[in-house]
Amino acid sequence: MCCEGAVAEPLLSLSSLSIAFGGLRAVQDVSLQVAPGTLTALIGPNGAGKTTLFALMSGFLEPDAGTVRFDGHDITGQPPHLNARAGMTRTFQVVQPFAAQTVRENIAVGAHLREPRRAAALAAAESIARRVGLAPLLDKPAGDLTVAGRKRLELARALATRPKLLLLDEVLAGLNPQEIEDMIPIVRAIVHGEASSGLPGGVTVLMIEHVMQAVMNLAEHVWVLAQGQLIAAGTPAEVTNDDLVIEAYLGHGTAARLRGAAR
Amino acid sequence: MKDLAAITAFAAAVGGLTLTLDSGVWLTFIMMALYASLLAQSWNMLGGYGGQFSFGHALFFGTGAYVQAIAQSTLGWNAWLAFLGAVAAATCVAAFVGALTFRYGLKGSYFALVTLAFAEVFRILAVSVDFTGGGVGLMLPLRESFANMQFASRRGYIGLVLGFVVAAMLVTSWLRHSRFGAQLQAVRDNEDAARAIGVDPWSVKLGAITLSAAFMGAGGAFYVQVFQYIDPGLAFGPVSSVEALVAAIVGGMGTLWGPVLGAAVLHLLGEFTRNLFGQLPGLNMIVYGSVLVLIVMFVPRGLSGAGRSLRDVLRGRRG
Repeated sequence: MCCEGAVAEPLLSLSSLSIAFGGLRAVQDVSLQVAPGTLTALIGPNGAGKTTLFALMSGFLEPDAGTVRFDGHDITGQPPHLNARAGMTRTFQVVQPFAAQTVRENIAVGAHLREPRRAAALAAAESIARRVGLAPLLDKPAGDLTVAGRKRLELARALATRPKLLLLDEVLAGLNPQEIEDMIPIVRAIVHGEASSGLPGGVTVLMIEHVMQAVMNLAEHVWVLAQGQLIAAGTPAEVTNDDLVIEAYLGHGTAARLRGAAR
Repeated sequence: MKDLAAITAFAAAVGGLTLTLDSGVWLTFIMMALYASLLAQSWNMLGGYGGQFSFGHALFFGTGAYVQAIAQSTLGWNAWLAFLGAVAAATCVAAFVGALTFRYGLKGSYFALVTLAFAEVFRILAVSVDFTGGGVGLMLPLRESFANMQFASRRGYIGLVLGFVVAAMLVTSWLRHSRFGAQLQAVRDNEDAARAIGVDPWSVKLGAITLSAAFMGAGGAFYVQVFQYIDPGLAFGPVSSVEALVAAIVGGMGTLWGPVLGAAVLHLLGEFTRNLFGQLPGLNMIVYGSVLVLIVMFVPRGLSGAGRSLRDVLRGRRG
């Protein structure tokens, strides 16, 4: 057959994306693809440009060069609200709740993207809250939530927009080990579905994550960014054994030394 | 539905009070308090629910007032038709100013300053062009009849402005229970988060400023019908801008009843000071300013949120 083994068109595809802030080249010539239905992680040391890359994909920043394609369309420089409409929703590393509003109202704003009627949006908010474990907090002001609660809210609000691609920016940062344990199955269920939580799955996820336990556990594919450039890609096991990756985190020459010590 | 019942009760109470009271002073008080409520409600739609603090709402007030006056006196339109024109004109000016300022992402004090500047530009224009009557202003002939939107009794004007106030309440209630309102409040609370989940801040804010301006324009038109006179200072000067924002902030921004409560309380205070100190011009503005400072310092949620602010203080939290 002619098309056997042909790779499906990626849902998201960046080619040669670059942006500089003054003299700082925050993202340089980055090309990556995310296949539909997958859970991909983007890792890298602090300041590598991960969040900047997210901002470029989602339209919060416009690249100096390169293109972003999403779901078959060139969306380079398209404003974020149109990207969300097209099916790409991002969350924020520093959680951004609508503090004066309740959890239910917060999630409903997301649901309103596809649902004009108020009652239906509020109902959708409630059912999503139940799926991510926010049901007991529905009527609390978002400003009163703990960090873990806010992270879930951030996730719920984004899910409520019924995205095709969810960009998760460190949803696990600041959580304690127990909270991380609780969150990992939720993220997995968003992609692969899980009957007990009621999440249907089918959402493609690209996540920035520092918690390696989660990356190893969840991601099928990992991209590694350091100093604005992609330095490695592969399965979690592959990239964590990559010399370049180890050195990006621990410093030049450390990969060899670690191997020496292990021997 | 709860809102609707409360609004109906409010309208019935004010209507009943108006019919039973016979004192001209109190009828005038009710009329002016409702008029101030209307301005405050207008400001609240954009400032309270949208978080865009305008210092120049007089721009829409004055536009409404002048269109109302010019259409009747110069063009000879029917007063009600002129009123529609006044509201439409205020809305158009708002669409223009809003499109421009929100397009360039002006927020906070920048937005406040630009609205202030636009109001001032219009004031200077109103002084310099002919069809506004220049600095002398415009007089309307007094022809008291329903068709002329002029009434021999205060009760007629109260009915008129009560209608506007109720309409503004219904719109505010709609803001609290609709997609547009939810998106507007999302933009107020966190614009970036709202954009990320598909809200277009530009169109939402533009919707809010035009809605707000429609009611401010109605306020200006009402002013002309009551006093049969308008000049550039009254129309575009800071008085109506300040009245609108102070009453809304004192009463409670982003609430249904705050603007009405704030307007009533401020006008009561104004009456008392007038009784105590006589007719010193500008005295009510001094009172407004002092009340505003006290409210912002001690009851940041405004009078309608005073209960919650007090609870927070008792619990030892910051308001």
